[in-house]
Amino acid sequence: MREVSSWGRLGRVPHDVVRPAFLDELGALPGTAGAPLLCYGMGRSYGDVCLNSGGRLIVTDALDRIIRFDRERGILRAEAGLTIDRLLRVTVPQGWFAPVVPGTKFVTLGGAVANDVHGKNHEHVGTFGAHVTALGLLRSSGEMLTLSRDENAELFAATIGGLGLTGVMAWVELQLAPITSAMIDTETFALDDLADFFKRAEESRHWTYTVAWIDCLAKGAHTGRGFFTRGRHAEKGDLTVHKPPRLDVPFDAPGFLLNTQTISLFNLLYRHRPFVLGEKRMHYEPFLFPLDAVAHWNRLYGRRGFFQHQSAVPMANAFDTTRKLLELTAEFGEGSFLAVLKLFGDEPSPGLVSFPLPGATLALDFPNKGESTRRLLDRMQDVVLGAGGRLYPAKDATMSGEAFRTGFPAWRKLEAQRDPAVMSDFWRRVTAEAA
Amino acid sequence: MSRILVLGATSAIAQAYARRRAAQGASFVLAARREDRLAAIAADLKACGAASVETFVADLAASGEIERNVKDLQVRFGAPDEVVVAYGVLGEQAQAEADIALTRALLETNFTSAALWILALLKDRPEKQAMTIVGIASVAGDRGRGSNFIYGSAKAGFDRFFEGLQQKYAGSNVRIVRVKPGFVDTPMTAAIENKGGPLWATPDRVAADIERAVAKGRRVIYTPWFWWVIMMIIRHLPWFVFRRLKI
Repeated sequence: MREVSSWGRLGRVPHDVVRPAFLDELGALPGTAGAPLLCYGMGRSYGDVCLNSGGRLIVTDALDRIIRFDRERGILRAEAGLTIDRLLRVTVPQGWFAPVVPGTKFVTLGGAVANDVHGKNHEHVGTFGAHVTALGLLRSSGEMLTLSRDENAELFAATIGGLGLTGVMAWVELQLAPITSAMIDTETFALDDLADFFKRAEESRHWTYTVAWIDCLAKGAHTGRGFFTRGRHAEKGDLTVHKPPRLDVPFDAPGFLLNTQTISLFNLLYRHRPFVLGEKRMHYEPFLFPLDAVAHWNRLYGRRGFFQHQSAVPMANAFDTTRKLLELTAEFGEGSFLAVLKLFGDEPSPGLVSFPLPGATLALDFPNKGESTRRLLDRMQDVVLGAGGRLYPAKDATMSGEAFRTGFPAWRKLEAQRDPAVMSDFWRRVTAEAA
Repeated sequence: MSRILVLGATSAIAQAYARRRAAQGASFVLAARREDRLAAIAADLKACGAASVETFVADLAASGEIERNVKDLQVRFGAPDEVVVAYGVLGEQAQAEADIALTRALLETNFTSAALWILALLKDRPEKQAMTIVGIASVAGDRGRGSNFIYGSAKAGFDRFFEGLQQKYAGSNVRIVRVKPGFVDTPMTAAIENKGGPLWATPDRVAADIERAVAKGRRVIYTPWFWWVIMMIIRHLPWFVFRRLKI
């Protein structure tokens, strides 16, 4: 048994860990052990979707080979443990980019499919799953299935956003997006308040990437103060690949490091840092993956770890709900280090249980201070549910079973497609009382 | 461009190293036992930019077949200008001590066969053909320790063998690079409990060091570098201290 934690580092849980180096080893894994199993990629989900207490964890990071790369059409098939980091190293020099990237490139393709991740370009291209052309899935029955929109279509839909529950993903095939430069043309504006955000977002609809950083300690009329950034792939420039992380947090920061005062200071400095506003051409790395520059940044939150709240609410309620969530955050003073706000488009995901919905999504980190933090998260959950929204399983550690089942009414269909040998702590948590 | 023969191509370090060289457009002949695994690695290296990748299925540790295999390689693929000896097995010391046949297999795999491979390759080498030979030994060979002396002595022999070649071929067109990795997080070390921590390196970290050593023509490297310091201390510990250590 080895102790494993997720990115939020809220606890270390014992698992029977195996780490296959070749796909042929997967065949022996399901069905043999009595305990349920689950795949674990880079452990970048925040809560418990990647954990399986006391069960078997199949760590997939060594299964990272490219199986086929069609450079003409930009179709890449790779073992499910391939990270977007390595994918970009191979494809960028050839003029191809990942169609959708989350805020970190240290995620596996399998993880990106299982959580049907989204990026700053969701309004234009939808989720990661929308670009998956085929999947190889190993079921505990021993069958190796090929899934696509045409083949085993139901299982394909259940596997995209299926939280790894439908079996062991062996490989992923996806359609990449063409680029002619590794640079991004960006524009950044100051936001005075929340109305400003919606105005900027509306007029930026033709930009590929949009995102806003919000100062969540701003209260009253200032609620929603921050920055709005938009970007698109530049036409000119080299196809240079990103560099490895420059900095590392080698061990836990003391718990007092991130408190209301230091976070206010950070937000103040961040807001007034020079040269932030206006037009800039920058490499995709700092634009799309700003936090990847610091390896293990999650250790900044100290030994007790941290929570993330990420919700999506329908457009009709987006303004009021976002405002309420930001007000709650300011009122509780739990100190959010980073608040990110963006709009989701109406491109539907092929996935059955996929998080994005047409509307706004807000993400906030909270250092774990125990009960008080959980109380705030509960309050925020109620606000989101009341607005017809839902919480993101990949980020969540606290949502109630009811909140999940209300937010994702298709969950029963996923449960029906779940491989009987697979289970996660998250799934146990949110489906327990519904059984 | 380099034509690299990788002996033990399915090892994690060899794979990481080959990926780095593939990105520069090298050609490969990958040798190992498992055909399906070689095929998976070959496909990956092609996608990374390798000019060509051939595979050669053979049990490298089978000493009796080495001469025939070398001839076969020569006929099919010509002479390589770089050879990486990356295969090896760690084994379990206590088990090996109790089982003479297992010890013999460990010694054959890690030392005898490796030495024979290199001799056979050098014997058949066209005189004018420059060749770089990378031998992946281990810090375990630097001093005999009670907990790991079977693997350790095989790797010590391996390293001495390469050291000897180094002197013999000094000033010629044959270059020998001796590599001594410390703890590396690979399937070979999967059975070790409590893996992780500052002493453990990723295969890619080790591969990057090997790449640099080959490019610069270094004679011997410890990877990561701090193992040079650690092994310097361990080699020089006086007996009355060393005998008490549980390492």
